[in-house]
Amino acid sequence: MAKPLTITEKIILNHTDLQEISSGDIVNARVDLALGNDITAPIAIKEFSAIGVDAVFDRKKIALVPDHFVPNKDILSAKQAKMMREFAKKFDIENYFECGEAGVEHALLPEKGIVLPGDLVVGADSHTCTYGALGAFATGVGSTDLAYAMAFGELWLKVPESIKVIFEGKPKKWVSGKDLILYLIGQIGVEGANYMALEFTGSTFKHLGMADRLTISNMAIEAGAKSGIFEPDEITENYVKSRAKRDYIFYKSDEGAEYAKVLNYNTETINPQVAFPHLPENSVDINEASAKNIKIDQSVIGSCTNGRIEDLRIAAEILKGKKIAKYTRLIVIPATPDIYRMAEKEGLIDIFMDAGGVVSTPTCGPCLGGYMGILADGERAISSTNRNFKGRMGDVTSEVYLANPAVCAASAILGKIAGPDEVVS
Amino acid sequence: MIFKGKVFKFGDNIDTDAIIPARYLNDSSEENLKKHCMEDADESFSSKVAKGDFIVAGNNFGCGSSREHAPIAIKSSGVPIVIAKSFARIFYRNSFNIGLFILSADTDGIENGDILEVNTDTGEIKNQTRNTVINAKPIPKFMSELVNAGGLIAYAKKKIKEGKK
Repeated sequence: MAKPLTITEKIILNHTDLQEISSGDIVNARVDLALGNDITAPIAIKEFSAIGVDAVFDRKKIALVPDHFVPNKDILSAKQAKMMREFAKKFDIENYFECGEAGVEHALLPEKGIVLPGDLVVGADSHTCTYGALGAFATGVGSTDLAYAMAFGELWLKVPESIKVIFEGKPKKWVSGKDLILYLIGQIGVEGANYMALEFTGSTFKHLGMADRLTISNMAIEAGAKSGIFEPDEITENYVKSRAKRDYIFYKSDEGAEYAKVLNYNTETINPQVAFPHLPENSVDINEASAKNIKIDQSVIGSCTNGRIEDLRIAAEILKGKKIAKYTRLIVIPATPDIYRMAEKEGLIDIFMDAGGVVSTPTCGPCLGGYMGILADGERAISSTNRNFKGRMGDVTSEVYLANPAVCAASAILGKIAGPDEVVS
Repeated sequence: MIFKGKVFKFGDNIDTDAIIPARYLNDSSEENLKKHCMEDADESFSSKVAKGDFIVAGNNFGCGSSREHAPIAIKSSGVPIVIAKSFARIFYRNSFNIGLFILSADTDGIENGDILEVNTDTGEIKNQTRNTVINAKPIPKFMSELVNAGGLIAYAKKKIKEGKK
């Protein structure tokens, strides 16, 4: 009888010429998609030229998404975007998205059905792990890796061990995927899953949608994980069936597959979380955070973590008919043009603007301290993004607190870190 | 190979934004990355570091982004090896791919300014200042092949030449 495998091992095995596979093996795996952005692709393009091949392995299996500093914030970033554009033109890259159709890469590619269940995806961006939500094996790599993958359509990978994470029970009101992943990182630490695959399962995910799964997989990297995967189910099928333009495969872990660890959590006891500076593992309960009376200068709602339409709807539900606090900035960034358009049609943009917020075109912008909301010395932000490292959003003395969009919206209204229940009756 | 140099010591969880802040990533040239290397962890690093010096750190060095700018910034600064208790996965991978040596070892006994002699073949780290020896964890065979070839691109070129690609 064949050795029972995890979903991760199965996907990797089926992208090699091997008959069997074990965690710890270093294998050459075929990639279904290799991804780069306007920061990482320029280095990859230089390295690609150095390899000396005449063509990319498959013009349909490469995605180049300008999103970090786009629309370009300055001349240097415009030059980097130009380099990527010229490469895309030269090799007629199918999935190149010009500003106007481009959005934050990890929101855009699932939305467009470019990544699908069963795929093996490598991306020169650490949040490539987002696509695990669809039941794909997806992992962040470097620019040199991207160059190699664009040239040969394969890449060396160490087959990871898996940690099974089980969340049971119905989430409380305002508790989202963001809170579960912040809670988990708080429990296991920023290095808790280093080199490993996180595999999420449990009854909780029947109550949450694809947007929550995408948020959870997105932040697997913040626990050091190589990937964060969900077994595909009806929710996955409903999400991908209208988007996919090619076949996809639902893989499942075998009964008896080996796990490095199995972690069990009761979702019913988890409240919205806030991760304090300067690590995502510093997560505390919203009630505890609120009691500390932490004044904020800025609230950011957006990014590959929480810039989807579901996130904007929740924020709008809280902000509707209210004003944000004086001397507080609210920056809302829909993650893709389609999300932007939906938000417009649903009246969400009006709600944000009426409340005193500003709405930006899709970009990673302030999440990585790029532009569109940089913090001055000593300033403090609450943000629906993924990292709160020292200086991440601006000056090295500024601070970032991570939370879900509902908490970010409530905090903007009160000008201090606050839970949604404090502003919504 | 044997390397000798002075230690710049850092703590745990030195993230890629501390190694090279994203505000400088609108320019991926080595000169730019080198100028701002480690800026948010030690503002004066780029002015003090000399060719051959080592970066030594605690747990989870290089956590955060996948940006190869981080190991490139370190390598461009003249630092040949980073020694830490543990490394974040993508940083580890990127370093091997670009030919920067990475050694995992218990770094508690190494202090800022110590002089080390490091043998990358055996993983032996001699602390000449404190007269101690520690051993780094062995590097997987495939990874040492990569570094010995000069990184992933050089490895790829070699494969092409051998007709294996």
